Amino acid sequence: MMEVKSQEEKAKKPELKARDFVSDQDIKWCPGCGDYAILKQMQSALPEIGVKKEDIVFVSGIGCSSRFPYYMNTFGMHSIHGRATAVAAGLKAARPELSTWIITGDGDALSIGGNHLIHILRRNPDVNIMLFNNQIYGLTKGQYSPTSELGKVTKSTPSGSIDHPFNPLSVCLGAGGTFIARAMDRDPKALKELIIETHKHKGSSLLEIYQNCPIFNDGAFSAFTDKETKKKETVYLKHGQPLIFGDKLQYGVKLDGVHPIVVNIEEEGQDGLWIHDETDKIKAYILTQLFDDPEAGGHLPRPFGIFYKEERFCYEDAMQAQVDHAREQKGDGDLEALLSGNNTWIVD
Amino acid sequence: MTTKEQLDQVTILLAGDSGDGIQLTGSQFTQTTALFGNDLSTFPDFPAEIRAPMGTIAGVSGFQIHFGSSEIYTPGDLSDVLVAFNAAALKKNLDRLKDRGIIICNTSGFDKRNLRLAQYEENPLLDDKLRENYQLIEIDVTKMTRDALSESGLGPKDRDRCKNMFVLGFIYWLFGRPMQGTVDFLDNKFKRKPEIAEANIKVLKAGYYYGDTVEAIPSTFEVSPAKMQRGTYRNIMGNQAMAIGLVAACKKAGLPLFFGGYPITPASDILHELAKHKNFNVKTFQAEDEIAGICTTIGAAFGGSLGVTASSGPGIALKGEAMGLAIMLELPLVIINVQRGGPSTGLPTKTEQSDLFQAMYGRNGEAPMPILAAASPKDCFATVYEACKLAIEHMTPVMVLSDGYIANGAEPWRFPEASSLEEISTKFVDEKDAEDFKPYGRDENLVRQWATPGMKGFEHRIGGLEKELESGNVSYDAKNHQTMINIRSEKVNKMANIIAKISPDSGELNGKLAVLGWGSTYGAIKTAVKGLILEGLDVAHIHLRHIHPMPKNLEEVLKSYDHVLIPELNDGQLIKMIREKFLIDAKGLSKVEGNPFAAGEITEAIKSYYS
Ligand code: SF4
Repeated sequence: MMEVKSQEEKAKKPELKARDFVSDQDIKWCPGCGDYAILKQMQSALPEIGVKKEDIVFVSGIGCSSRFPYYMNTFGMHSIHGRATAVAAGLKAARPELSTWIITGDGDALSIGGNHLIHILRRNPDVNIMLFNNQIYGLTKGQYSPTSELGKVTKSTPSGSIDHPFNPLSVCLGAGGTFIARAMDRDPKALKELIIETHKHKGSSLLEIYQNCPIFNDGAFSAFTDKETKKKETVYLKHGQPLIFGDKLQYGVKLDGVHPIVVNIEEEGQDGLWIHDETDKIKAYILTQLFDDPEAGGHLPRPFGIFYKEERFCYEDAMQAQVDHAREQKGDGDLEALLSGNNTWIVD
Repeated sequence: MTTKEQLDQVTILLAGDSGDGIQLTGSQFTQTTALFGNDLSTFPDFPAEIRAPMGTIAGVSGFQIHFGSSEIYTPGDLSDVLVAFNAAALKKNLDRLKDRGIIICNTSGFDKRNLRLAQYEENPLLDDKLRENYQLIEIDVTKMTRDALSESGLGPKDRDRCKNMFVLGFIYWLFGRPMQGTVDFLDNKFKRKPEIAEANIKVLKAGYYYGDTVEAIPSTFEVSPAKMQRGTYRNIMGNQAMAIGLVAACKKAGLPLFFGGYPITPASDILHELAKHKNFNVKTFQAEDEIAGICTTIGAAFGGSLGVTASSGPGIALKGEAMGLAIMLELPLVIINVQRGGPSTGLPTKTEQSDLFQAMYGRNGEAPMPILAAASPKDCFATVYEACKLAIEHMTPVMVLSDGYIANGAEPWRFPEASSLEEISTKFVDEKDAEDFKPYGRDENLVRQWATPGMKGFEHRIGGLEKELESGNVSYDAKNHQTMINIRSEKVNKMANIIAKISPDSGELNGKLAVLGWGSTYGAIKTAVKGLILEGLDVAHIHLRHIHPMPKNLEEVLKSYDHVLIPELNDGQLIKMIREKFLIDAKGLSKVEGNPFAAGEITEAIKSYYS
């Protein structure tokens, strides 16, 4: 639709180090919180994206993760519960050249801010959304969240939760997201790479990050992070590569019609394996459905990496184009003409 | 021979089905009357439903215009002329017509079906009482229109659509107005459909000449031009003036304007109008909800725009938490509440002033915000312009109150020249001050500076948690919280040093009775007070634009009268503030019926002090 220079081209590459992004504020997350790892990867990723520090803004909502902007030595706003996406949408629309990052959690983004999340995704401004999913309300001391599993016993659900949980990536893809990915706090290397990928994608990038809350929901993702199980329970998506996993990469995923099934490569060979195509939306929908409980029998592995990527015009560019077009057509606003309107009369 | 009767002022009420073109007829008559040189004021009365069943009372749309050869401040109380396109229009509005007033009715709108829909058992036009009490002019407008277009080749539907032009032509004749303005308008409007333009013009003329030929009434009327202040005028509606004021202020301040909002009656026209002015560096964002409406503007304000959102009571309620954030962040925001009948969904298309307390107190915590209220359609410009200036120069959200009555009402406006508008300065940091930048450092007015993303060396974080004095870092310190509460309150209070002192709008200081008003009651109070001063009563009108902070001398001014009367379209809100603040034994005049005060109601209340 319109040509826009990438931020890399616009900015001269500043010589920044991870420590340049460390603010002078004491970090107040609980010891062992997964947020530390994410903060560290963010601080180490940003020097590599080639954007000037003053052009970077972090906007967050409310929740443990939303304290994040205070710890980043960039511009930042700790807004109100659920609204980071809306605040950032306005900032980006007003200032398209800024590198805009949204820090949110499962409660913030999917419960109180659910409406803004789906709408930012369909409008597709060029922002990067880091959705820290710990499947619990941490800051309010441990109530179930919209991603908590059914039956979860918490302070507010002593008899177990009866809420069916969201499948966040399926929601986001359904809302028209143009970049859908998943990472976890315990896999820093992949996390950093994916953070950089969210920046590179021109459009709203949604990165769900599995984040352990050792205080209120410890081990929620242990199946995907523990040494013994992680190789069997996770599959890393690489564009153009087959979906294979297992400690000896002995398993693969195949499509039987539209249904994914696990095959043993050692027995059946690599033929017909699902080759990941991050531009295929239909297959991306199926991928988001690989969401089984790791405890369930015959379950599929949980995918990580980039599920889906699509080029679509960005809201702020289209908005700016309309402003520019109006200025071309009508000239820069003439205040006298505005005040007088088209129909005047003189009294003398 | 028809004679001419000279009148000082006239009120006409046009009423008919939503589909009858009432609003267009009204706006054409308004335009012509303005160009003719009368002072005027108009008010449309829309049904709440977009397409209520035809012929029913719920579906009646109205347009009232009050014009005269002297100054006009309201759209008029009772009307002199009622134009009823159908039976429902008559039924709904007859009680708004003066005794001996003129009824112009379209007789084909009084057939069996229309009578049934209007729930008339007998045809009211055959009622002798109606004929005794009013001057009835019966015209079969539908038939006349069809006849006039018998050779036009247009289908019956297209022909019938012209019938409002017949009525317009007829009232042009009745009040001796030229048709040319409307002829030009039609030519322009139907540029691409010249046959439709031609048909409308033909019917317009047919209506005019019909009056002339049949001498439908013994006397036509003349309302000579008003002695208005010299200058160039235009006609303006409240919401339009609001939008133009916002654009003008941003242009003066050299700031981009960012509007985030969600459609809501009766505020949406502000969004519509702003969307037309993109070439002024205006960005309009129709958000997913009211909350996003304000939150996007907070984001934009953080980025260096003036953030603006507009809504009505229910939407403002939803924005409450975000307003608190804007107060905490100390960013320039203008929040417009075009009030309507409440609570809840209430009366969306009706007017009320019942959100004053919401504006004043409707947020969690101690969250003071300056509040200004517009008095009339044209005053929306000056009020919102001042609100923008305060927001930008004092780095604060500011609330502007309007209401459905002035939002949709219109009046002539002697618009200012751009150069005469007050300058507006911004609080942007100076690049060379990066070293000692304190995000919550303040000047003598307690105003902080504005450092926006992209400014090297000014990276900082702000948020809704309590700020530490000066550094703006998060602070849970008890004493610091008290200090910051005081600062935020004092910052708003200090604006009283800047805003204009108050003086009587009509009448003198030190009298028997002051009528204190705010917002859209301005016109009715002014009409009443001026009238009574002419009758020799010692009464004054004080009008309050600045609700918070109030003008410094307000207490002194109010205390110079024996009595203070406060008319409000609510259950008594300003009165509680005044009584609490100044310990004045003010009396209220409340009305919450969804419509404005008639000047007569205020006159009566004032007179009770003199009997
Ligand atoms: S409560 Fe949980 S999520 Fe919050 S800071 Fe502590 S460990 Fe982290």
